[in-house]
Amino acid sequence: MNAQDYKSDQYVRWCPGCGDHAALNCLHKAMAELGVPPHEIAVISGIGCSSRLPYYMNTYGFHTIHGRAAAIATGVKTARPDLSVWVVTGDGDCLAIGGNHFIHAIRRNVNLNIALFNNKIYGLTKGQYSPTSERGFVSKSSPFGTVEDPFIPAELVFGARGNFFARAIDTDLANTTSLFVAAARHKGAAVVEVLVNCVIFNDGTHRAIIDREFRAERTIFLRHGEKMLFGKDNEKGLVLEGLKLRAVTVGKDGYTLNDILVHDAHEADLTLHLMLGLMKGDLPLALGVIRDVDTPCYDEAVTEQIEQIRTVNPVRTLQEFLMKGEVWKVG
Amino acid sequence: MAERTKVTILEKVVVRFSGDSGDGMQLSGSIFSNLSAIFGNEISTFPDFPAEIRAPQGSLSGVSGFQVHIGSRKIFTPGDKADVLVAMNPAALKVNVKFLRPTTIILIDTDSFRKNDLEKAQFLTEDPFKELGLTTQQIVAAPITSLVKDGLAEFGLDNKTAIRCKNMFALGLVCWLFERPLEEAVHLLENKFAKKPLLVRANIKALTDGYNYGNNIQASVSTYRIEGKQVEPGYYTDVNGNKALAYGLIAAAEKASVKLFLGSYPITPATDILHELAARKELGVKGLQFEDEIAGVCTAIGASFAGALGVTSTSGPGLALKSEAIGLAVMAELPLVVVDVQRGGPSTGLPTKSEQTDLMQALYGRNGESPAVVIASSTPTDCFEAAFWAGKLAMEYMTPVILLSDSFIANGSSAWKIPNLDDYPAIKPHYVDAYIGDQVWKAYRRDPETLVRYWAVPSVEGFAHRIGGLEKDYTTSAISTDPVNHQRMVTTRQEKIDRIADHIPPLEVIGDMDAELLIIGWGGTYGHLYETMEGLQELGRKVAFAHFRFINPLPSNTEDILKRFDKTVVVEQNNGQFANYLRSKIAGFNPHRFNRVKGQPFMVSRLIEELSKL
Repeated sequence: MNAQDYKSDQYVRWCPGCGDHAALNCLHKAMAELGVPPHEIAVISGIGCSSRLPYYMNTYGFHTIHGRAAAIATGVKTARPDLSVWVVTGDGDCLAIGGNHFIHAIRRNVNLNIALFNNKIYGLTKGQYSPTSERGFVSKSSPFGTVEDPFIPAELVFGARGNFFARAIDTDLANTTSLFVAAARHKGAAVVEVLVNCVIFNDGTHRAIIDREFRAERTIFLRHGEKMLFGKDNEKGLVLEGLKLRAVTVGKDGYTLNDILVHDAHEADLTLHLMLGLMKGDLPLALGVIRDVDTPCYDEAVTEQIEQIRTVNPVRTLQEFLMKGEVWKVG
Repeated sequence: MAERTKVTILEKVVVRFSGDSGDGMQLSGSIFSNLSAIFGNEISTFPDFPAEIRAPQGSLSGVSGFQVHIGSRKIFTPGDKADVLVAMNPAALKVNVKFLRPTTIILIDTDSFRKNDLEKAQFLTEDPFKELGLTTQQIVAAPITSLVKDGLAEFGLDNKTAIRCKNMFALGLVCWLFERPLEEAVHLLENKFAKKPLLVRANIKALTDGYNYGNNIQASVSTYRIEGKQVEPGYYTDVNGNKALAYGLIAAAEKASVKLFLGSYPITPATDILHELAARKELGVKGLQFEDEIAGVCTAIGASFAGALGVTSTSGPGLALKSEAIGLAVMAELPLVVVDVQRGGPSTGLPTKSEQTDLMQALYGRNGESPAVVIASSTPTDCFEAAFWAGKLAMEYMTPVILLSDSFIANGSSAWKIPNLDDYPAIKPHYVDAYIGDQVWKAYRRDPETLVRYWAVPSVEGFAHRIGGLEKDYTTSAISTDPVNHQRMVTTRQEKIDRIADHIPPLEVIGDMDAELLIIGWGGTYGHLYETMEGLQELGRKVAFAHFRFINPLPSNTEDILKRFDKTVVVEQNNGQFANYLRSKIAGFNPHRFNRVKGQPFMVSRLIEELSKL
């Protein structure tokens, strides 16, 4: 399989320069790497720019209604656990109108791969603030700035008891691809937040963090089992002091490499994962797989329960079932 | 047994068991109805639960009832008024006064008719009968509580458990009144408490004591005898509408060899469908509760996309929440069954009461031109048939089907002959392997005759496709905003539903073919309307009756039938929704209307009175 096998014949209609193009290419590549045949994959989306994505896949696809992709995908996966099911959604679709389905799909731990394209804006409706827009954000629907705080997707996922969360940036193709692969390999609900740029309505929203000029200083790519190092020459690292994370320079102020934390994505306790997911300001934005913990997933559990009951109850047809109840014979 | 002095042989009789929520009247009632059914009577029952979650003991709002209508001829409704009332406390007596006839026999437990019991039921005097103006009714007064306590002394039960058996004493008295042998009741109790042998013995003792008490005191009341009748041979069970509906869905899935998937959210009065399907794991049913009504329907749509029969069950407020998703299923042309067990509305309305007020919502409650199949079940056991049809039409015509039931038939029950699925029509889902066009298959290619698109279930190689809520091109199945194409697709979606009329049974008329009046109904009022027709015929009127199961599309002979009769009346529990709908479909049709929206079942006697004026 190669990436071409997962592309449909449809013309991709996103604006030139939109971050969704890159994310789409990464998804094609990730699927090729995973090697699941296109006809065994279902890609489910809601409404919004990013939710057009299923039309550009050569898989089974369902472009549904606003906010409901997680619920519809839950139905697909629960009915057919053998399928590889992806959800493609945006910050408005997923975290505003679809917030309820999103948190419950995560809490239930349905084995879905959820690609959350976060551009912090409503693009398809031409520029309103979204639930991830920063406080004070000026948009057509908030002409004097918003007076509300945004969701941080990682925090919401952990609050909903999620066990896989990764963060990627649209321009980093190799890492975005590898994070999609990691999400697919995780058993259970897996969320990959891709920071994408809306070139028309919110151009450069992530630039202050991810621009090549200072990306090394302002982000950290976490890898399981490796030291939490960042900076141009990996000279900086994260340490835990009291109940707070701190960014330090190795060899400065008495800090040595031994003091730097080692990332354990498989740790069940989510305290540190939450702190990593929330990092901003003086601390670098965390990219990579922040949490990846195996727990039983819903769709399999539903099937297992049925199988278990069928081992002790031999009834298989409605007629047999009805005849075993309180029945009387006439004539 | 001593000879009875006064035995009246009746064709039908109504017994109402009534008491405090904790008095176990539902159990007495259901056992009595079951043993009557086993005896060969026709039965129809209806439970009347208090609206409050836990009302104070002995209070008017805490009264729980169970009405049983039994007869030697066809019975369709639980009956208007009671021939026998069991009133375990004064509150039960007071609440049920409106259901009494001048000749009703009232059985009471004198131990719970003391001064403070009367006060709890807000009686002002010490003679509740006089206070309620009950002068002609026959009273059988027995100190049931103390007789039960004494009778069970040898069992060593605690006081509370012993007193709980008084519902069986009352049942024993009723059995005596109807000369019902106790063997079947004993058998039913043995099944009910199979895991608690001591309780079985205690309940049987109380039952027998009640029976013997009636026999020994030779109460000078007229007793009733309802002869068993010749019913169709077969195996029977007792079923309520919600259970029958759940079984009908299972039957449809079984017949079509697909998996049944229910996505649901608890809502009165539909929740029992979720309960039943959640329990049927041995049959491979995935009956699941989700986070809200919208998730219920969306998971069902997802399951259908993945190749299962997706079903969601709800009541009116939930149907409103599901509207957008049902529109998606219309657009995506996927099988979907949406069950709406109607209750009193609007808004939260009367959650435990019954109406037919969601018809317009089912037909039109979506954005855009969004045609869906709408069908309605007419009796508790007909819920099975209607659900089977809903599943069949959904899978064969790739469409959402809205199945309307209502609180009355959902909770009402009757004896049901266990169906043999071999007697039911085949269900052939419209799978893509039946596609025979010469062009390459696309998602919206249609069967030229039925206009139905094909169901391409994921994991079949060569059929990966994308569908969704956006309008698609008739030919290429790609997204399209072309105006001519949109018109064509709108027309096609409507035409697809309209053509189903050629594949459903025709509308039947019963009664007098030369009738001066045709009664028209739909849904859960069938029994009342049938008995109304009979009642009018007994008055010498020539009356016919046409009841609709298929509402959209209407059966193809609908216009012929409705225009055959000079005078027609549409009777429904709303402000005339079906009458208006028929008028919109049949030019020149102008029926009389009888509409009541009280949340209560019709009273047959009242309907006879009103319709005889026409």
